[in-house]
Amino acid sequence: MMASSYNAKEEVDGHHPGSSNHGGTGPINSKKPDNTAFKQQRLPAWQPILTAGTVLPAFFVIGLIFIPIGIGLYVTSNNIKEFEIDYTGAEPNSPCYVCAQNFSWNSTTPCFCTVNFTLQQPFENNIYMYYGLSNFYQNHRRYVKSRDDKQLNGDSKALEEPSSDCEPYRKSGGAPVAPCGAIANSLFNDTLDLSYVETNGTSTPIELQKSGIAWWTDKHVKFKNPPGSNLSVAFQNTVKPVNWRRPVYELDPSNPDNNGFINEDLIVWMRTAALPTFRKLYRIIPKKSGAVSTLPSGSYSLRIAYNYPVLSFDGRKRMILSTISWMGGKNPFLGIAYITVGSICFFLGIVLLIINHKYGNRSSSAEIPN
Amino acid sequence: MGMDFSTLRTLISRYCVGEENWVDSRTVYISHKEPPPGTEAFIQQRFPDNRIVSSKYTFWNFIPKNMFEQFRRVANFYFLVIFLVQLIIDTPTSPITSGLPLFFVITVTAIKQGYEDWLRHKADNAVNKCPVHVVQDGKVTCKQSRKLRVGDVVFVTEDETFPCDLILLSSSRDDGTCFVTTASLDGESSHKTYYAVQDTKAYKTEEEVSSIHATIECEQPQSDLYKFVGRINIYMNNEPVARPLGSENLLLRGATLKNTEYIYAVAIYTGMETKMALNYQSKSQKRSAVEKSMNDYLVVYLCILISKAIINTALKYVWQADPNRDEPWHNERTEAERQRHILIRAFTDFLAFMVLFNYIIPVSMYVTVEMQKFLGSYFILWDDEMFDEELGERAVVNTSDLNEELGQVEYVFTDKTGTLTENNMEFIECCVDGHVYVPHAICNGQVMPGSDTIDMIDTSPGPDARDREELFFRAVCLCHTVQVKEEETVDGIKHGIHQGKSSSFYISSSPDEVALVEGMNRLGFTYLRQKDSHMEILNRDDKVERFEVLEVLSFDSVRRRMSVIVRCSTGEVYLFCKGADSSIFPRVISGKVDQVKARVEHNAVEGLRTLCVAYRCLSPEQYQEVCHLLSRAKLALQDRDRQLAEAYDLIEKDLILLGATAVEDRLQEKAADTIESLHKAGMKVWVLTGDKMETASATCYASKLFRRNTQILELTTKRTEEQSLHDVLFDLSRTVLRHYGGMTRETSSGLSDDYTDFGLIIDGATLTAVMRPGQEGSNSGNYKELFLDICRNCSAVLCCRMAPLQKAQIVKMIKTSKEHPITLAIGDGANDVSMIQEAHVGIGIMGKEGRQAVRNSDYAIPKFKHLKKMLLVHGHYYYIRVSELVQYFFYKNVVFIFPQFLYQFFCGFSQQPLYDTAYLTLYNISFTSLPILLYSLIEQHINADILKKDPSLYKDIAKNSLLKWSSFIYWTALGIYDAIVMFFGAYFLFDNTTFTSNGQLMTTNTQMMFGNWTFGTLVFTVLVFTVTFKLALDTHYWTWINHFVIWGSLLFFVVFSLLWGGIIWPFLNYQRMYYVFMQMLSSGPAWLSIILLITTCLLPDVVKKVICRALWPTTTERIQTKRRCLASEPSTIFMLSQTSSRMSF
Repeated sequence: MMASSYNAKEEVDGHHPGSSNHGGTGPINSKKPDNTAFKQQRLPAWQPILTAGTVLPAFFVIGLIFIPIGIGLYVTSNNIKEFEIDYTGAEPNSPCYVCAQNFSWNSTTPCFCTVNFTLQQPFENNIYMYYGLSNFYQNHRRYVKSRDDKQLNGDSKALEEPSSDCEPYRKSGGAPVAPCGAIANSLFNDTLDLSYVETNGTSTPIELQKSGIAWWTDKHVKFKNPPGSNLSVAFQNTVKPVNWRRPVYELDPSNPDNNGFINEDLIVWMRTAALPTFRKLYRIIPKKSGAVSTLPSGSYSLRIAYNYPVLSFDGRKRMILSTISWMGGKNPFLGIAYITVGSICFFLGIVLLIINHKYGNRSSSAEIPN
Repeated sequence: MGMDFSTLRTLISRYCVGEENWVDSRTVYISHKEPPPGTEAFIQQRFPDNRIVSSKYTFWNFIPKNMFEQFRRVANFYFLVIFLVQLIIDTPTSPITSGLPLFFVITVTAIKQGYEDWLRHKADNAVNKCPVHVVQDGKVTCKQSRKLRVGDVVFVTEDETFPCDLILLSSSRDDGTCFVTTASLDGESSHKTYYAVQDTKAYKTEEEVSSIHATIECEQPQSDLYKFVGRINIYMNNEPVARPLGSENLLLRGATLKNTEYIYAVAIYTGMETKMALNYQSKSQKRSAVEKSMNDYLVVYLCILISKAIINTALKYVWQADPNRDEPWHNERTEAERQRHILIRAFTDFLAFMVLFNYIIPVSMYVTVEMQKFLGSYFILWDDEMFDEELGERAVVNTSDLNEELGQVEYVFTDKTGTLTENNMEFIECCVDGHVYVPHAICNGQVMPGSDTIDMIDTSPGPDARDREELFFRAVCLCHTVQVKEEETVDGIKHGIHQGKSSSFYISSSPDEVALVEGMNRLGFTYLRQKDSHMEILNRDDKVERFEVLEVLSFDSVRRRMSVIVRCSTGEVYLFCKGADSSIFPRVISGKVDQVKARVEHNAVEGLRTLCVAYRCLSPEQYQEVCHLLSRAKLALQDRDRQLAEAYDLIEKDLILLGATAVEDRLQEKAADTIESLHKAGMKVWVLTGDKMETASATCYASKLFRRNTQILELTTKRTEEQSLHDVLFDLSRTVLRHYGGMTRETSSGLSDDYTDFGLIIDGATLTAVMRPGQEGSNSGNYKELFLDICRNCSAVLCCRMAPLQKAQIVKMIKTSKEHPITLAIGDGANDVSMIQEAHVGIGIMGKEGRQAVRNSDYAIPKFKHLKKMLLVHGHYYYIRVSELVQYFFYKNVVFIFPQFLYQFFCGFSQQPLYDTAYLTLYNISFTSLPILLYSLIEQHINADILKKDPSLYKDIAKNSLLKWSSFIYWTALGIYDAIVMFFGAYFLFDNTTFTSNGQLMTTNTQMMFGNWTFGTLVFTVLVFTVTFKLALDTHYWTWINHFVIWGSLLFFVVFSLLWGGIIWPFLNYQRMYYVFMQMLSSGPAWLSIILLITTCLLPDVVKKVICRALWPTTTERIQTKRRCLASEPSTIFMLSQTSSRMSF
């Protein structure tokens, strides 16, 4: 095709564009480049070089810092008490076997089962109660996507016409689902009740705190009920998700601040887990005043309203009790990792010291003659 | 001159009938007048108008055409496809993630190209609308340049530029000549003479001119500026008279009329068909080795990408085989999806994986590399040390694509004259029949033979000898194409004539001629001027002699000689011939050949440029024959050049040798130093010259190309005459190989210091023999291989007696030899253009032989010595910078994408992205783009002074060493390692543990769970910090810019993340990132793990660097360490504390 690099400007002034002036003034020296540090590539600079000698101290310092941190973390993690119990009911001898086998979406009455367990050591301070699911792909793309944040934020338009992301949990029988989507639809709805069984056989229910388990910002900003003083009116044109037993405005009828979209169980569930095996915070057992342990050692019973089927996808359900520390829950990994990396650094430091001692002098003194 | 033109014409037309009715020619009717009936059929051909269109686009087609051109680039097309796929299928990532960067890139390019095109439109308009004077119906009228048509007669006055290609009809000067400068065409500012058609030069007014009735037949336009053949048929009384037209009649668009009041000329090529427009065709694209490596890597990554997608798709379907996994009750498909065919679903899944991983091939890499090259090339322009005070010129960059190739050169091919030498000729001596005349031994025109120099001087030159001597001087005075310029402000070659008008200069395109004419001036014969086809000479007795110039047989590099035919005032006709000894001696029949030959050889050994001068007396009959031969050749439209050459060959024979001249061409300053540095840097330097062997080898010794201990191998015609080429080649290779074998033993015993290196001298004729293809079947191939083998072991090669095309052939031969070395050609003249274009990197010297080399080069420098800094410093830097840029880009995208790949194994191969859309989009655009761009602009691993002082450092980066597959694999492995550390680090923190944030920092005393977006954000944070710190570790030159950019982009990432998660963004239909980053930062373990993971990621690279430096240091590293030990560094400590304080922001 036609001359692509042809430049008619050249014809007019006869100069090559590359050689046009860059700030020159006089006609004679107009082409003389400016003698600035930047243009001459002579900017003042710090010119560090990584040699064995310079890196050595850093390695020792890292080693010396990381190992104590690691030990600290490990000890802290080990001091955290954690108790875990699987109540899936997959095995015939497990208490929830019957409930698990006879599960039906249509049954109106929940199936109850009770699991007894013993805490060997008392749990102090605030205790956190989690439910754990395995093999549950909350991070599946189709699942993660299937929600409508506008609807959950109380947007009345989205309430009536949920986002298409919610398909196939968007509408049910022509009416919009609230909350729509696969995530909300599969809300974990087992009810877990914990009671302390004293030696004489009487059981005392333990008070479980429902609030304060979700992110503050989620509860107060991201999730909002649709406008209207009466929730059931606000949701009147919507239907409950297919797999729910109760509509959204009856999630916690006793507490209006924990009902509807701002129900904390719902909010916690809506934060999709990163991995297929996960825990979610269920309840908090607050610290008792005085020197009494929150959960003294002894027998306990966990009463489960078994509403949530997991066997169909080989899932497991667990209940976890845990105390926490400044670094969160039990997590030996971080401590071990710190100790390992710290030791490696320290070891490398020694290796480098040897190398530096043996070769460092050679490479700096036995130079090229010129 | 009494030629019978009608017979000639019939001859020509008979000759041409066979030539398919002039398919390749055009007929131009001057002033659009039909030829008289009966003479010729009137075929009005259609020609384009004189509009110059350099712009590519119009207002309407800009968007479609520009889009089309941009998407023709493979990379852009790839991203477009990805974007379209994202639009069509249900994709894991929003189309914005690839659409936005693509849109950005395309828009920026479109704006740049649009702006450039707008400038071109403006320039076009200015040119197209400028007024032109045209003769119409006997009157001069004015019209716009673009309306000019072929056949219009144009009136041009002094200092005007020709609006199109014109045939000169008449000029204001009586002899029908005009002067022209072609500065804007080829940069030569000397005045060139053009001639009017003899039969029309008398028509000097517009009425007269419009009465001309003639047609012009000429070839269709071609781009060679110096070639033109045509014929004008002038109808006088309805009888056509044919005259030849050549390039001396053709005025080119863009040239300017000088020293002539006005001319009349007829337009023959207009608009885009002018030679100037044809000459601005885009040059062939050269690609650098780095770019090739980059493309190889791209292919590897494309394969990785596709295999990743295929693996994941396959695994997905294996995993999904269980329907409870495929569609558990809590995660069902829509009805529409269920009904889709499995193959379509699988294909969509494959595409979705492609989309998910496509970021591994980043759009921004192309943009960054291009920006780096474009901006980086300014450092060459700006370099103070490459500015030449004398010429007032600085380096020019014509292509920035090859910056890094400057650091990879293995072979340097250099021209001699004007490149190694000054091309500033000085007349040293001449020799007439063995008498030597030296100008500085002359006083006031009294010639005194240089007595002390040579023993063969005939002490008493007889009267006969004196005649010969004067004939010689006259010959030198007449046989040239020098012009006399009467102004002082000429940019070309200036030489004042000391006598006569003090403000006169000799101007010529060849400095040799000026030196000769000037030398003659000092010997007493002064060339005054050419007037009315007479040359005037002021002889020793201050008398003016006039010679009528009958013919000029101009110089060409194939014949290597030129001749003039003149008639003296006495009526005798002489042919004077001047040329290289090799082209004169075979044509000489008498004269003192032996003495002259001896003197010529003596001078050549001294490094002087010699020319031989001979003459021939032409009898009137002989002259008639000469005229006949010439005019027949000149009138030919086909093959005119060949016919002319044949005619010249017939005319320039039976010569009588007069003598020889010697001109000195001094070496350029620091040429020897530069060559020595190039040698030390491991480059092989070849000198390719048209000069004769002795002169050239003398220059080579002077420029230290050959040293005293260099063993010279000769492969010349002289030797091949004695032995067969076959034997010579085998002899030489045996010598070289034997020595080579010995040398390796020597080096192993550490005695490599005093080894002799080899220098090879080869001449053009032998080279042709060596390269002659397939004459003896397999044998000829062996010759070439053998020759290459010899060359490989020679540190310096001198090729003399080279034709321009042979230079390119040699470059090509080396370029395509089996090692595929990177070649660089440097030259200053038009004869170097072919080799400059052939080599990987072509460098032009702003010399004295015009600007053609500069225009066709990739880079141009004022002097040869600047090559040293160009290669050793700029080339080295650019290579280091670009290779790091390329490797780093691939690395950072592996680190970026590999965790996403790993994540698929934990999310049921559902294409769930690990990172948020904003992070996916901005990672390459803003979080990690500026540090590497700035690094690749200002990194200096070693000071420029050291690079210049120690050329051997250049060897460290030879053979594309930083982009070898091993280092590519190292970088990729490092990337994969980092990705694994990041992903599994985060995985173990999240897996089955209560990785939570301590809500005490927030408002309530709670423990809050982290979800998948926090997981991704954690990985991403580690990622951004790791890749930035990795670059920081590689940076050896921390200016404030580096600090600003590196810490700035990290800060930007943090600020952006805070903002992005800090607000419910109303335009988004998801709020997945809301407060995720803040919650993460409020968690102690998150901080601890970020620090741990970054450290772990960087650890192996640091260890590798340190250990390699300690155990197997490269020369570069040794020098770095040494410099560090020597320097006292209070500033370092200061900077260290500064950085550490910044690091803890």
